[in-house]
Amino acid sequence: MVTMAMALFHRRRARAGHPPLRIDNHRERRFGRAVVGATASTVLILAALTLTSFFAGRSVASLSGTATLTVRITGHQWWWEIRYPGDNPSRMIVTANEIHVPVGEPVKIKLDSPDVIHSFWVPALGGKRDLIPGRPSELTLIADKPGVYRGQCAEFCGYQHAHMAITVIAESREAFDMWRSRQDAAAAAPVGDEERRGQQAFLSTGCALCHTVRGTPANGTIGPDLTHLASRRALAADTLAMTPGALAAWIADPQSTKPGAKMPRVALSADDLNAVATYLGSLE
Amino acid sequence: MSGIAGKAVGQKQEKGLKGIRDTGLEEARLHAFLAHAWQTPKGLYGWLVTVDHKLIGRRYMVTAFLFLVLAGLSALAMRFQLATPEAGHIGPDFYNQLFTMHGTTMMFLFAVPIMEAFAIYLVPLMIGTRNVAFPRLNAFSYWVYLSGGLMIWIAFAFDTGADAGWFSYVPVAGPEYGIGKRPDFWAQMVTYTEVSALAVAVEIIATVFKQRAPGMTLDRIPLYVWSVLIMAFVILFAMPAVMVSSTMLILDRLVGTKFFDPAAGGDVLLWQHLFWFFGHPEVYIIFIPATGFVSAILPTFVRRPVFGYLGIVLSLIAIGLLSFGLWVHHMFATGLPQLGESFFTASSMMIAIPSGIQIFCWIAAIWGGRPIFATPMLFVLGFIFTFVIGGLTGVMVASVPLDLQVHDTYFVVAHLHYVLIGGAVFPLLGAVYYWFPKITGRMLSERLGRWNFWLVFIGFNLTFFPMHILGLQGMPRRVYTYPPASGWGEMNLFVSVSSLVVFAGFALFFLNVLLSLRGGSIAGDNPWGASTLEWATTSPPPSYDFSRLPVVRHREPLWDEPDTLPVVEGLRVDAREVLASTVADAVPQLRQPSAGNSIWPLLSAIAVGGAFLGSIYTPWAVVWGAIPVSISFICWFWPKGEPEDEE
Repeated sequence: MVTMAMALFHRRRARAGHPPLRIDNHRERRFGRAVVGATASTVLILAALTLTSFFAGRSVASLSGTATLTVRITGHQWWWEIRYPGDNPSRMIVTANEIHVPVGEPVKIKLDSPDVIHSFWVPALGGKRDLIPGRPSELTLIADKPGVYRGQCAEFCGYQHAHMAITVIAESREAFDMWRSRQDAAAAAPVGDEERRGQQAFLSTGCALCHTVRGTPANGTIGPDLTHLASRRALAADTLAMTPGALAAWIADPQSTKPGAKMPRVALSADDLNAVATYLGSLE
Repeated sequence: MSGIAGKAVGQKQEKGLKGIRDTGLEEARLHAFLAHAWQTPKGLYGWLVTVDHKLIGRRYMVTAFLFLVLAGLSALAMRFQLATPEAGHIGPDFYNQLFTMHGTTMMFLFAVPIMEAFAIYLVPLMIGTRNVAFPRLNAFSYWVYLSGGLMIWIAFAFDTGADAGWFSYVPVAGPEYGIGKRPDFWAQMVTYTEVSALAVAVEIIATVFKQRAPGMTLDRIPLYVWSVLIMAFVILFAMPAVMVSSTMLILDRLVGTKFFDPAAGGDVLLWQHLFWFFGHPEVYIIFIPATGFVSAILPTFVRRPVFGYLGIVLSLIAIGLLSFGLWVHHMFATGLPQLGESFFTASSMMIAIPSGIQIFCWIAAIWGGRPIFATPMLFVLGFIFTFVIGGLTGVMVASVPLDLQVHDTYFVVAHLHYVLIGGAVFPLLGAVYYWFPKITGRMLSERLGRWNFWLVFIGFNLTFFPMHILGLQGMPRRVYTYPPASGWGEMNLFVSVSSLVVFAGFALFFLNVLLSLRGGSIAGDNPWGASTLEWATTSPPPSYDFSRLPVVRHREPLWDEPDTLPVVEGLRVDAREVLASTVADAVPQLRQPSAGNSIWPLLSAIAVGGAFLGSIYTPWAVVWGAIPVSISFICWFWPKGEPEDEE
């Protein structure tokens, strides 16, 4: 570019229709050498870049195999289902849209999708990997520093591609183990009339057809597992913050916050609505 | 053999030959005869039947620019929605249609057709012949293109706009998740435009190989013509891949085949391989002729031949070939084996070498010449500047580890607009300023042209450069909104405001065209003092292009022999006739009749279009549609009972 600027201002200007210049063979040969030189250096630079890229790719790939923890992530339109396989199949944690990982430990993430292609991407933790129906894949992550990392689906997946975020929480091994054992437990039993009324409504109005709350008859598998809903930081794949108001608003009318989302509007009386929100808000 | 160069041959004409020949004919009568033989009837009927490559080329240009306006307006609408976080102006349903229509229109209905348009218009003029080979196929291709474009936009008007992205990945576009008939319209639109693009590719290849003026050997072909020749070959090999895949998609959706259904043994990645096997060459289908514009404009405005003719031709061929070995770099995130990815990293890096050679050659030509800063030249310089940035980010995304980070983010949006707007639209606008005098006979306003250039150039960089940063900050593509907490709001607002500057620049461009059509200064045959054959005829050229076909003895014929150009004699003037010559050395072989006006290309296009359109709704449309298609084709190709080629 510098060369071009020099070339432009170096030369005298001409006018349109000026007779064409005579070609000076001696100078043409000099230009020829310059072009060959520039091309050769381009080739060298590109070769160096290709090799660098190759070795960087290899070192990223060499991470796998050392993982201490496996997390399975399933992409759905438009949320992430997350499972932590335990030693015993019955002790598998199922949650949504939020991963906890121990800091400094390689974590193997296994990815698949039953519907359309999604792409798992947490920018601060590394590159992306597509979730392709019929082609399970995996990648290995390490969070070097404790913190909360936001990730987002990177492959266009339909209406709510924009609202399909995932949160990665990297914490110390102790905190992680504590979180894990809490998640392992069944849902908290409702306390007080309001919560009991909420559970009743939850089980009887159709919520349970899609959602699971472990420890209750609700065992639907279409929507996210709500056993520890209130322990999560956000709702609806990071569309809303987890506050009582947002929870009630979400249940009242999911389509106005997240048009196209698979969760329908369920007809609930105002009292039932508040009770359901209170109940779900108690599921820590 | 009657059409050999020089006047001596004319005298050898034997008596008793059929038809009236141009040998020794005085100018006025020559014009009268040719104008009659090559005329397009007046009125609507003439408009429908014409096979004149200039009329069809112009029509292609106007249509493609109209689609540019539509696609540009949809981009503006998207920028309006993205200007602030969680804005509610446009919901996801409409937004997805908008970005799909934007991408689809820009790629299929604007970029490729506009390049074909210039090729159709310019190639016969630049190689010294009177029409393209297969003129009726040319007319047919336009009608098919027009109907495909209208169809998808009319569908959009009825809220059935394609909404699965210009790449229409399955399963989002597949039978289960595709919404209504939207992906079907997309798939069939692709089929329409591919048919027309393939037709144009065949015409260009045949025209350049067989109809060059005597003496225009391979090493005297103007670089622009080389570039469109290579574009045509890339179209020929790339487009069938997308036609196959769009047909498979519509079969999956309509007939229940399972090409892309993993549950039934299909594979969703098959779509991506097929699509990108076309999709990456597609970029070069747009870029290669744009470099041809540069190689045509630059010499005129530095007043010397381009530097490194052979190097540029070989680079173009290398780009054309390499463009087929890059497609996987769109798929690095799908988890392919590392060795395979490395191969495609290397090939993606490699294509930077021939692109670099071209740039070095252009810089050498500028260095060795005396630049004139007319508007076409400004666009060329803007191109070089912008394309170098786009090329650098291109090298970055070729690297797997980097690509995995920026893939599907605004970084890639920035990159692709730098290479497509910077790399193709800037030269294109330069080309409009450069050839407008030839096409209309009037100059575009230089004053408005400068404003046009600076607004577009500055607005473009202000709009798209910040997108690199947004991408690095993690903003994904194809999102209809983003959370306020992301911190992307201010920069998005800046981008949206800057896009208005680009819009103003383009508005000025169209204003300039409209004003200059009526009030522009009269151009004359060769206003820029250029060197190639199209400037040897009048502006605008007559229906027969050249009253006598030129003979070429130099790579820059008009600079080498500025006053008198040698011509061919012995062609018929009372019927349409062109000269066929040998592929390598352009030695004249035959006088070949050139097809005249006909209504059948239009009727065939309607029949074909009807069949495609019907097949969106029922597979039987293909069966019943075959009947009118066959009838119209039979009528089109009905033998005339006349001998064809004559020695």
